[in-house]
Amino acid sequence: MIEVNEIHKHYGDVIALEKVSLSVNKGELFGLIGPDGAGKTSLMRILMSLLLPEGGAASMSGYDVVKDYKQVRLITGYMPGRFSLYPDLTVEENLKFFATVFGTTIQQNYHLIKDIYQQIEPFKDRRAGKLSGGMKQKLALSCALIHKPEILILDEPTTGVDAVSRKEFWEMLKRLKEMGITILVSTPYMDEASKCDRIALIQKGQLMSVETPQAMIKSFPEDLWAVRTRKIYDTSKYLELLPALISVNSFGQVLHLVTKKGVHTSKSIGQFLSQKGELDYSIEPSTATIEDLFILLMNHHKQN
Amino acid sequence: MIPSEPVITVRNMVKKFGDFIANDNLNFEVYKGEIFGFIGANGAGKTTAIRILCGLSSPTSGEMNVGGFDIYRQTEKIKQNIGYMSQKFSLYEDLTINENIRFYGGVYGMNIAERKLRTTEMLERLELTAYANRKIGDLPLGWKQKLAFSIAILHNPKIVFLDEPTGGVDPITRRQFWNLIYEAVEKGITVFVTTHYMDEAEYCDRVSIMAEGKIVALDTPEALKKQYNAANMDEVFLKIAR
Amino acid sequence: MNRFIAFLRKEFFHIFRDPRTLVILFGIPIAQLLLFGYVLTNEVRNVKIGIVDNSKDYLSIKLSERILSSGYFLLAATPATESEYEGLFRSSKVKEIIVFEPDFARNLIKEGKAGIQVIADASEPNAAQLIVNYTTAIANDFVRDEFVKEQKLPGIAIKVRMLFNENMRDAYNFIPGLIAVILMLISAMMTAITITREKESGTMEILLASPLKPIQIILGKVVPYMILSIVNALVVLILGYFVFEVPIVGSLSLLLAEILLFIFLALSLGILISTFVNNQVTALALSGFVLMLPSILLSGFIFPVKNMPIALQIIANLMPPRWFIEINRTVMLKGGGLAEIWPHTLILIGMSLLFIVISIRKFKIRLQ
Repeated sequence: MIEVNEIHKHYGDVIALEKVSLSVNKGELFGLIGPDGAGKTSLMRILMSLLLPEGGAASMSGYDVVKDYKQVRLITGYMPGRFSLYPDLTVEENLKFFATVFGTTIQQNYHLIKDIYQQIEPFKDRRAGKLSGGMKQKLALSCALIHKPEILILDEPTTGVDAVSRKEFWEMLKRLKEMGITILVSTPYMDEASKCDRIALIQKGQLMSVETPQAMIKSFPEDLWAVRTRKIYDTSKYLELLPALISVNSFGQVLHLVTKKGVHTSKSIGQFLSQKGELDYSIEPSTATIEDLFILLMNHHKQN
Repeated sequence: MIPSEPVITVRNMVKKFGDFIANDNLNFEVYKGEIFGFIGANGAGKTTAIRILCGLSSPTSGEMNVGGFDIYRQTEKIKQNIGYMSQKFSLYEDLTINENIRFYGGVYGMNIAERKLRTTEMLERLELTAYANRKIGDLPLGWKQKLAFSIAILHNPKIVFLDEPTGGVDPITRRQFWNLIYEAVEKGITVFVTTHYMDEAEYCDRVSIMAEGKIVALDTPEALKKQYNAANMDEVFLKIAR
Repeated sequence: MNRFIAFLRKEFFHIFRDPRTLVILFGIPIAQLLLFGYVLTNEVRNVKIGIVDNSKDYLSIKLSERILSSGYFLLAATPATESEYEGLFRSSKVKEIIVFEPDFARNLIKEGKAGIQVIADASEPNAAQLIVNYTTAIANDFVRDEFVKEQKLPGIAIKVRMLFNENMRDAYNFIPGLIAVILMLISAMMTAITITREKESGTMEILLASPLKPIQIILGKVVPYMILSIVNALVVLILGYFVFEVPIVGSLSLLLAEILLFIFLALSLGILISTFVNNQVTALALSGFVLMLPSILLSGFIFPVKNMPIALQIIANLMPPRWFIEINRTVMLKGGGLAEIWPHTLILIGMSLLFIVISIRKFKIRLQ
C-alpha cells in the first residue's frame, strides 16, 4: 500500500533521510519509532507529497508521491505533528469545514468516525482551542478520517497526551485498522511499539530495523538481566566495570544490564557485585523491550 | 529519602485564567535534596505551577515559599536562588556555547574567574570542550538539552526547575540527562521536574500526579505502586484516572 | 463550489471572532479619517495677519477694524512693500496678508465693486482655506451691514492667492489619500497576515494536503477581505461627503470601478508578501514598512510628488497608491473622466497582473 524506495532528503548539511526503503501492507498498522530529529516527520511529509525527496521514489496505493500528488492527497488522511485545527472554530465547524474541503459531508461518512466523534460530540459547540489535549487529538483524527481515506498518516498523535487518552487513541487506531484502513503512525514512545503490527526503528535518518515487535524482541542478540537494588546510581556505577558488559541502563527502579551472549549467569554477576560490597540486590534474566533494542542498535550504529 | 527541611512550601495555591482554573488548590512540600516529579498530560497545570514557583507568574491566591523566600514579596531573591529550564529550549540559537555560558554567567553576577573555572569543568563533563565555539543552533537536540540543564545549574542554585526536559529526546540521551540530574542532587541541589514519560516518574523520590489542575496523588513511586496494586507507574496512572 | 463557500464561511468566522481583526478592519479606518480630518482642519483663533491698506479711507479702515475685532485675527505686521511678504510668511510671522486696493471706498460706492487681495500660506492647505473663508465671510457681512439701505448691494471682489501651494491641490487631499491608505492596510496587510497565520498554526499543512487547489485557497482568503475593503471604501466616501463635505464631482461609477481595481491590486500584493514570509510578525512588519509608510509618505498623500527629489520621485512612481491617489483626486475633486486618467489606470492594471502572476507562481503546493 505504501512503498518507499531509497528515499533521500537533506536540509543543508543535515541528512534527514538516508536511502530509506520500506513497505507497508494493506490494512497494516505500521509504527515509525524514533526520537525527535530522527526523520519521522520528513518521511511522512514526503509521503503526503508536501516535501519533495532528493532521491528515490515513493508511492501510496500505486500513486507516485511526486507525479500523482493530487490523487495521493485525495486518498490519504493526515494529522500533522502540531495541533492543526482552527482554534477559533467550534468542534462541529472544524469537522464540517474539512468534510466540505474533501467534497463530502459529515453524514456520508459518519459511520467511520462515529466511535471517535461521539466522545466529543457533547462539546460540538465548543471552540477547538478550548479542548483538552485528548479531545483535540480525537477531533483531529475525526477530521483526518472524514473523507474516508484509504491510508492514514499520523505524525506523533500521542505526544503530550495523558496516559488514558493515549490508550484510548491506540484502541481507536486498532478499530480503524479492522475497517481496512492502512495506518502509518509515528511516536517517540518506545512502549507504544507493541500496539503496532510492524514497526521501524528510525534514528538519524536511517532505519535500524523493520519487523513485528515480537520478532524484534526475539531477535535481541545479547543477554539481558533485570537488576533490582536500593542504590540504583551506585550499583550502575559498579556494573559499568563488569567484564563483557555491553550496557547498563535504568528502566524506572530496575536496572537493565546487557552482557555478551552466553558469558554471564545471575550467579557470576551476583558474585561481581558482592566483591564490590553490594549485597542488597536481586538479579534475574529478563526479556528485552523495544527500548532495550533501540539502545543496543543506537550504540551499534554509533560504533560503525 | 528521609524528610528534611522543606525548601518549597505550597499552601492552597490557586491560579485562574478568566473562568479557567489552571491550578485548583494545590498543597505540597518539597524537601531539600530530593527529586520531586510532577506528572500529567499537557494542560494539566504543570507548567503553570512551575512558572508561579519560579516567580514568572503570580498566583491568584495561596501561600507559597520557595527557598525560604515569600513568593509575593521576594520574587527577586527567589530568582537568585533557583535555576529554570523551560520546555521550550532556552539558549540562544545564534550564539556559540561559550557565548551562551558567558551571558548566563553575567546574568547571575558570577565573577570571571569563577565562571571560567565552572565552564571548563562543565564542558569537560559533557565532553563538549571541542565544540565550545559552535553555535547552539547546529547542535543535536540531546546536546542542547544537556547543555541547557548544565547552564541552569551553573550558578549553583538551591533548587532547579525542569519543565519537560526530556520530551522527544532519544532513549540514550534521556538516561544521560537523568545522570546529570543525579549528579546535581549529589551536589545538594533540589530538583523539581515535570515529565510525561511514566518510567521517568520512577526516577523521582516523590511524584505528584496532576489532572485538570488538581493533585490527585502524591507519594513515593513505590508507595503509589503498592497503594494501587500496580506493576509500574503507567498502571498507577491509568488506575487513578478511572 | 461547495468547497469554496465552506472556505469563505470559515474565513468570516475567523474575522468576526477575533476582536483585534475587527478593530483593525473597522476601528482604524474611521479613526484615521477623523484624525486626519480634524488635525488638518485647525480651529481659527488669533491667527496672525498682515494688513496693507493702499486706500486708507473710512471704509477700508472700518473693515480692517472689523476683521481684527472678530477674535479670529491678530495684526502682526503692516508691510510697506510687496517684497516683504514672502519673508513674513517664511518666518511664520503671518499666515495671511490682506491688501486693500487704492480708492477702496470710492470704488465700492461709485462702481458698486472694490477689490481686496488675500494672500495665504498654503503650506497647510486646509488651514489656509479656512482662514480665507473666514476673511471672505467677514468682508461679505461688512458690505451687507454698511449698505443695508441700498437696493443693489455692492460687492467686494476677493482675489485669493495661495503662497507655496498655488492651486491648493492638497485642500481635500486627505479623503482620496485616505482611501488609498486604508485599502492598502486592510487588503494587503490583512491578507498577508491571514495567510501566514495558517502557516504558523500548521493548518496550511492540512490545507495543502487536501485536494484544494492553490487558486481556491488564495481566492478563499481574498474574497472576504475584498468585500470588507469595499465596505470600508464606501464608509470613507460617505463620511467624507457628509462630515467633511468633500464632494464627488466626477462619475461615481468610474470612481467605484477604480477603487475595485485598487483593491484587487492591494490584495495581490498581500498574497505576494505572504508567499515570502512564514510568520505573522514578519508579515506585519513587512506590510507596515513596505506598504504603509511609502503609501503615506511617497504617494503624494501628504507631500506633493513633484516637490520630491528625483530619486524619491522615481521610487514614488513605483508605489501603486501614488497613481491611485491621483485618479481619486481627478475624479472626485476635479470631475475628470477616463480621458484624463487612462494612463494611471493602465499602470495599476499592469501592476496588479504582475503581482498576481508572481504570487500564483510562487504559491507552493508543497511545504518549504
